[in-house]
Amino acid sequence: MNIGVLALQGGFAEHIAALEKLGASVTELRKKDDLRAGLDGLILPGGESTVIGRLLNETGLFAPLRDLLDAGLPVYGTCAGMILLAKKIVDEPAVYFGAIDVSVRRNAYGRQLGSFAATARFDGIGEIPMTFIRAPYIEAAGAGVAVRAVVDGHIVAAECGSVLVTSFHPELTDNLRVHRYFLNKIEAREACA
Amino acid sequence: MNDRYELNKNLAQMLKGGVIMDVTTPAQAKIAEEAGACAVMALERIPADIRAAGGVSRMSDPKMVKGIQEAVSIPVMAKVRIGHIVEAQILQAIEIDYIDESEVLSPADDTFHIDKTKFDVPFVCGARDLGEALRRIAEGAAMIRTKGEPGTGDIVQAVRHMRLMNQQIRRLQSMREDELFDAAKELQVPYELVRSVHQNGRLPVVNFAAGGVATPADAALMMQLGAEGVFVGSGIFKSGDPAKRARAIVQAVTNYNDPAILAALSEDLGEAMVGINEQEIKLLMAERGV
Repeated sequence: MNIGVLALQGGFAEHIAALEKLGASVTELRKKDDLRAGLDGLILPGGESTVIGRLLNETGLFAPLRDLLDAGLPVYGTCAGMILLAKKIVDEPAVYFGAIDVSVRRNAYGRQLGSFAATARFDGIGEIPMTFIRAPYIEAAGAGVAVRAVVDGHIVAAECGSVLVTSFHPELTDNLRVHRYFLNKIEAREACA
Repeated sequence: MNDRYELNKNLAQMLKGGVIMDVTTPAQAKIAEEAGACAVMALERIPADIRAAGGVSRMSDPKMVKGIQEAVSIPVMAKVRIGHIVEAQILQAIEIDYIDESEVLSPADDTFHIDKTKFDVPFVCGARDLGEALRRIAEGAAMIRTKGEPGTGDIVQAVRHMRLMNQQIRRLQSMREDELFDAAKELQVPYELVRSVHQNGRLPVVNFAAGGVATPADAALMMQLGAEGVFVGSGIFKSGDPAKRARAIVQAVTNYNDPAILAALSEDLGEAMVGINEQEIKLLMAERGV
């Protein structure tokens, strides 16, 4: 199984390490040619969403990735990656892939002093450690979207079809269960395709 | 505290592969954000102007920093003088995202750095070699950058500092475990940090390049030498076309290993900042705070 990890900016190395521990092969995506490897899944890492959004356009990666997502390529977005996948960003006109019907608030917990760690239940996995760094959260989710985790009354993980998003960073903890969950999802999909 | 330190190191991890730009006004901060900066450093004068003006340079006016915080959604950093505990308390009070305890400003204390473990906000500090880097980490720095030589547009010192740090890391890695005690003595740093570097082959925090980056090629050079991201101070807003140069440097950091892309990015950028060679300067900022 080959997973593409968007490597334009941010915490991509941590995702790669988590995937490799689980035995997946990884392709770093920095330019269009990198897509030739053929992908079974895609991870959009944390970082600064304004930076990654701009670089997606400048590197020409945006359109081919959007086409792959439209065709149902499984994708997992953490933090900035969740913002890139959301259909709406609260108080902002920008929309990137618009692949999941959620409305997210950027920097929802404030500046770095608002960053925190928690342990909470992820539906389908159980209790896991969650690290929130200047994190967004989901203010509203569409009818078809499954809420996977709620912390302090805010939605911090959601899933709809091939799209999985979390406000938090499992790749910054030693717990690999969200990544395992994502890989299982890909395997299940490929088994019945 | 430990938890907070982890979260602060984590924020630096999210800045990796990015460019942090010096800005002096909200308008410049907007330009930097739109060009793809992953954070901005708010300061009243950029290093080249500090160097030209001389005199004592201090923390920026908190009102100016707040103006920049309101202008952008990316993290905002600001500088305090080495050892100036109260300037750091003030920046923490306005909820700055990262404090740079910086040799660019005039040092407030010629012996002691700030005890950064006493703060909730993260600190980044400059270093010329592994000893300096690990001493700053022992004091609580959550991120390291090379000192380079700020405000010169001359990359030679940043290259020297990054190479030296990485040589020293490789040397520790190759040592027998019973040799690490003496290495800690030699480097004047705690044994636990030496042991961590020996085991992991890297600093325990993110390490950026800073001081003298003026072109996309300079930024890519630092990345190829092992930097995890780049600070650009005077190089952008002292150049002919800041927005274009900023965009080019951001892309160069992402595709630092692709000469064809770097060639395209380096075209037609207008005038680079006028540099000063290290032999031509009287004040070496990098010698402050060891």
